[in-house]
Amino acid sequence: MSIEVIGPVVAAMMTAATPLLFAALGELVVEKSGVLNLGVEGMMLGGAVVGFAVTVATGSSTLGFVAGAAAGAVLASLFGLLTLGLLANQVATGLALTLFGVGLSSLVGQGYVGHPIADVPELRIPYLTTLPIIGQPLFGQSLPVYLALAAVPAVHWFLFRTRAGLVLRAVGENHTAAHALGYKVIRIRFLAVLFGGAMSGLAGAYLALDYTPMWAEGMTAGRGWIALALVVFATWKPGRVLAGAWLFGGVTILQLHAQGVGFAVPSQLLSMLPYLATVLVLVLISRDVTRIRLNAPASLGKIFYPD
Amino acid sequence: MNRRTMGKALMGAAAVVALTSLGSGAVWAQDKLKVGFVYVGPIGDFGYSYQHEQGRLAVEKALGDKVTTTYVENVPEGADAERVIEQLAASGHKLIFTTSFGFMNPTLKVAQRYPDVKFEHATGYKRAKNVATYSARFYEGRSVAGTIVGKMTKSNIIGYIGSFPIPEVVSGINAFTIALREQNPKAEVRVVWVNSWYDPPKEAEAAKALIDQGADVIVQHTDSSAPVQAAEERGLWAVGQSSDMTRFGPKAHLTGIVDDWNGYYIQRVQAVLDGTWKAEDTWGGLKDKMLYLAPYNPAIPAEVVALANKVRDGIMDGSHHSFTGPIKDQSGKVMIPAGQHASDEQILKMDWFVEGVVGKLPK
Repeated sequence: MSIEVIGPVVAAMMTAATPLLFAALGELVVEKSGVLNLGVEGMMLGGAVVGFAVTVATGSSTLGFVAGAAAGAVLASLFGLLTLGLLANQVATGLALTLFGVGLSSLVGQGYVGHPIADVPELRIPYLTTLPIIGQPLFGQSLPVYLALAAVPAVHWFLFRTRAGLVLRAVGENHTAAHALGYKVIRIRFLAVLFGGAMSGLAGAYLALDYTPMWAEGMTAGRGWIALALVVFATWKPGRVLAGAWLFGGVTILQLHAQGVGFAVPSQLLSMLPYLATVLVLVLISRDVTRIRLNAPASLGKIFYPD
Repeated sequence: MNRRTMGKALMGAAAVVALTSLGSGAVWAQDKLKVGFVYVGPIGDFGYSYQHEQGRLAVEKALGDKVTTTYVENVPEGADAERVIEQLAASGHKLIFTTSFGFMNPTLKVAQRYPDVKFEHATGYKRAKNVATYSARFYEGRSVAGTIVGKMTKSNIIGYIGSFPIPEVVSGINAFTIALREQNPKAEVRVVWVNSWYDPPKEAEAAKALIDQGADVIVQHTDSSAPVQAAEERGLWAVGQSSDMTRFGPKAHLTGIVDDWNGYYIQRVQAVLDGTWKAEDTWGGLKDKMLYLAPYNPAIPAEVVALANKVRDGIMDGSHHSFTGPIKDQSGKVMIPAGQHASDEQILKMDWFVEGVVGKLPK
């Protein structure tokens, strides 16, 4: 592989990592508030189909992204009502949300399969994109890629540098104590769930509007589950989510390049690599139990019974 | 009761069943023939399943006064397929088309239970008294596409996105590469397998990776339009698959291999109506109009169009064969000697790449 290929490869890696970043950062905030929402895949599909439909209707991909985020939030609010309001089991409800999202998005998307749309305008900075190697990955991406990148420090700052973030983490650690201190546990968690839904919706919209760009049934193809794994992989730290997303994106893209240059490894094995990498890292991390315990929200997945 | 008498009793019972079914057949004759279609993907994939759906609509249009048709889309290959096919058979469908390779065993199982229902299975190789098979010689179209691409490429690197390394796809890659290098001996084909028939994000990723490696033409043997769109975005060329994908890349789309089941479906339904239906195998090509080339891109120079048409007409009148020797494999070993061409069996079992393909074939 020659040196000129590195720029495009890194650029492709970053785009492959973008949907994962959106979804995983959203889920990270949700889990930090003590809620486990396994419905990421379903919310992504919801965001993808609604974002796509709105873009087709209005011709504006910006509106599409906004609508995609809104659709994700609406699906998430359903999850919030069931688990926080009616105290349903979070794992079961999350799984149901994924199944529901898959079916609903296929239904809504029926008329949109195979619709071509215009591309998301890329943010190109004159001259800089032509810089060797770093030009294209750094300056030749579309806007959502930069948005996802900006979300990493933003989420980190919110969680660890603001009072609201502190309260959210407190709710996730010990909801009874937070409740005793007078914090509105349900409301805080509901807002976190909405944020997670909106981010998943953005992830889906990015796939349908920019990455592919088209709507196809079940087009997220398991990326929602990878995002969920990334949160654990990152031990609930935004910076590590970025590292994990790039690792996953990198393996995804590199296996395609390896095939193209005739690398003599079975393609099925190469296709497996990203998932294998995720499993491997999860295994490595879970060896260090204290680290997980230190970072995992103590009330994660536990139901809060208000007195 | 010993085995023999039991056999006789069974035969008697079968005769009774046959008689009653004949009787009911007479009653049913006034009704329309019910024809069922089972698709693996959504009818809106604008690829493989979409083309089968076009075939069903053609049947409705041509024979609508004599038949009613039903379709089931998005049927997974496996246990669910058997349930769907059985459901169609049980609800009075007398002719059922199962349109994907993975429906082979479920089709045969149901066919055993419903001997008076006729089945047609696409791209498979197992037949029974009431199960026929049909497929198209997709590789013939790829010879024409290869001829065009050989004249259009500037970088001499062609990116080829494959679904699964099965003979149908491998023979397509080989036919394409042979025609390509006939025009342009320096060109090479880089193959990336995505291990799916329909995974738009992955197909797009594969297309972009190949483009980043210098490919200026993207050829696909997967069903979504994502690779064509990727080529359009980068201002390069693409060759579509299954369906006319021009509108996904009006500038990029050179041509495409379009499946055309319309004629076949009408003919087979007519055969059932006439009572002449037989469980046979059909493997039709350009000549039989089971596939054709999507409209050529206006940007293709006239002499290249003429060249492509010459190849196409040669295949149709039998003067040209996609696999005419001498053909060497990647190691330089002669697989088909000069003066001969590959037999149907060799094509149906092809598991080697010709010279000019980069990448190893997974076994």
